[in-house]
Amino acid sequence: MADTAPSHGTTAEPEGTRRDFLKLTTTAFAAVGGGALAWPFIHQMNPAQDVLALASTDVDLAPIAEGQAITVMWRGKPVFVRHRTAAEIEAARAVPLSELKDPQRDEQRVQRPQWLVMIGVCTHLGCVPLGQKPTDNKGNYNGWFCPCHGSHYDTSGRIRLGPAPSNLPIPPYEFRSDTQIRIG
Amino acid sequence: MAIGLHDSPFKNPVIRWIDRRLPIFTMMQKEYGTFPTPRNFNYFWNFGALAMVNLAIMIATGIVLAMHYTPHVDHAFDSVERIMRDVNYGWLIRYMHMNGASMFFIVVYVHIWRGMYYGSYKEPRELLWILGVVIFILMMATAFMGYVLPWGQMSFWGATVITNLFSAIPFVGDSIVTWLWGGFSVDNPTLARFFSLHYLLPFVIVGVVFLHVAALHITGSNNPLGIEPKGPQDTLPFHPYYTIKDSVGLVVYAIVFAALVFFAPNFLGHPDNYIPANPLVTPAHIVPEWYFLAFYAILRAVPDKLGGVVLMFGAIAVLFVLPWLDRSPVRSMRFRPIAKWAFLLWTVNFVVLTYAGSQPAEGVWVTVARIATAYYFAYFLVILPLLARLERPLPLPESISSAVLRGGGPLPAGAAAKPMEKA
Ligand code: HEM
Ligand code: FES
Repeated sequence: MADTAPSHGTTAEPEGTRRDFLKLTTTAFAAVGGGALAWPFIHQMNPAQDVLALASTDVDLAPIAEGQAITVMWRGKPVFVRHRTAAEIEAARAVPLSELKDPQRDEQRVQRPQWLVMIGVCTHLGCVPLGQKPTDNKGNYNGWFCPCHGSHYDTSGRIRLGPAPSNLPIPPYEFRSDTQIRIG
Repeated sequence: MAIGLHDSPFKNPVIRWIDRRLPIFTMMQKEYGTFPTPRNFNYFWNFGALAMVNLAIMIATGIVLAMHYTPHVDHAFDSVERIMRDVNYGWLIRYMHMNGASMFFIVVYVHIWRGMYYGSYKEPRELLWILGVVIFILMMATAFMGYVLPWGQMSFWGATVITNLFSAIPFVGDSIVTWLWGGFSVDNPTLARFFSLHYLLPFVIVGVVFLHVAALHITGSNNPLGIEPKGPQDTLPFHPYYTIKDSVGLVVYAIVFAALVFFAPNFLGHPDNYIPANPLVTPAHIVPEWYFLAFYAILRAVPDKLGGVVLMFGAIAVLFVLPWLDRSPVRSMRFRPIAKWAFLLWTVNFVVLTYAGSQPAEGVWVTVARIATAYYFAYFLVILPLLARLERPLPLPESISSAVLRGGGPLPAGAAAKPMEKA
């Protein structure tokens, strides 16, 4: 490998390829080792095992009357659970997709039409929109209104007006029974 | 220095732009590049660099631990267990911090031993030595307070015993202890302040290390012969010669460190510290961490509360005045036929003290600890001052190069000569 190297005696500063090879491999080895050591120091800031273990929330739907909504915590974030009225469902389904900024049919956003479950975090910059309480400002589309920078969401939680780019996201959830869901 | 832009030797325009305004590159080049270093270092001269790396490891792992640790008596123990079980790689980072403390003391003990054997504390390096002793004391305070943080049985009772040392001070002792505790026992206020100080002190250590190295770069390094370099033929530029030699030592250090962390992470610790602190029950046999055992043995060797405390602190304080206790002009023990054996015996004696400190304070161990304590102090206060007058040292070599390049004389021409001219 190094037998083509100029002999060491010829110059004051030998530049044999054998030395270059050793330097490069040693440096590469140290860089890989340093990288491997850096990873635990980075990964420790990711969610810990106990945080991940707490990542599901059970919700009892029985006490939520039609037209009412509750907010539950899931992974430290608010989740809106709304018991929609027939009028609200109809309003959501009547909108043509062409009017939507983030086109999605209402049927794609619910498992059972009367139950709308979504993450209550504005897709603009993370505020919690108003609209859960009967007295709240529900915005121009009778759904939710984010007061931070004025995003309006409809009765399906879809973005209709304002700076937010997309609809309120739907978390993974499943019906455990007619009156019980598990989020996460 | 004249006012105005620095005359930078660097060609790279960005480096040059910075260097002319703030000559840090020139400084690094001078202090770590061309810095003239005695050509005859042995591997004992690795330990200063290792200590510096170790300090960096302690700060890096400590900052991570502090992200997950809760300094409250109700949560501290559980938060450390959570680090071990739930935080990603938390076990690795905590074991690195825990065993890093042990590695730090191993490294620093060897570093101090090196200074004592080769006479590095002598004129003109007294202040350098004193700054080193300051670092050692700060390290002990830091390690002690860190050990309290996991709030296990040893944490709690160690904290109780060590803080109670101050109650031996006449008249004001009890008030001082109450002040240290922030209450009437080691409790939540104590834990909170220890955490705060445990975070602070390592950065104070960084500051003192800076002064230590600054002082070193004024006097230059000592070397195994203990004679000053007389010219370029006696030195090598720090880079690449000693950056490489330090790297070799660093690899060996990393192997030992990794072996501890991965195969025996609790070998140097005490199992009782995995029992949550209980202020109502003292463990049957309480011992400090291994690196404090020699001083702990001295404390217990004296059958008097104040006396024990004074001797224990005295055992460290005596290091401050070592440069004035040992007046022999010959630095390296290589050339001191009697002092050499007295010091090697002192070394064994220190190990004996450490072992005695780990044993229950009863029976033969009390006697052993007393004899060893007597020799510890006799070496400094009697043997060294006397030997300075009585001992007849061996003849010193004429120069470093004449001693290490058999045949002596100037350097052979060739590769090594060029960088040396710069030095
Ligand atoms: C001079 C450097 C340091 C030394 C000698 C040192 C020593 C120690 C020791 C002996 C422990 C107990 C380990 C155990 O048994 O669990 C500890 C724990 C701890 N240290 Fe340090 N430490 C140093 C620097 C730092 C720094 C810079 C920080 C934070 C920025 C820090 C944060 C912690 C924390 C949060 C704990 C408690 C968690 C645990 O017990 O593992 N340490 N330290
Ligand atoms: S965060 Fe909701 S509109 Fe900006």
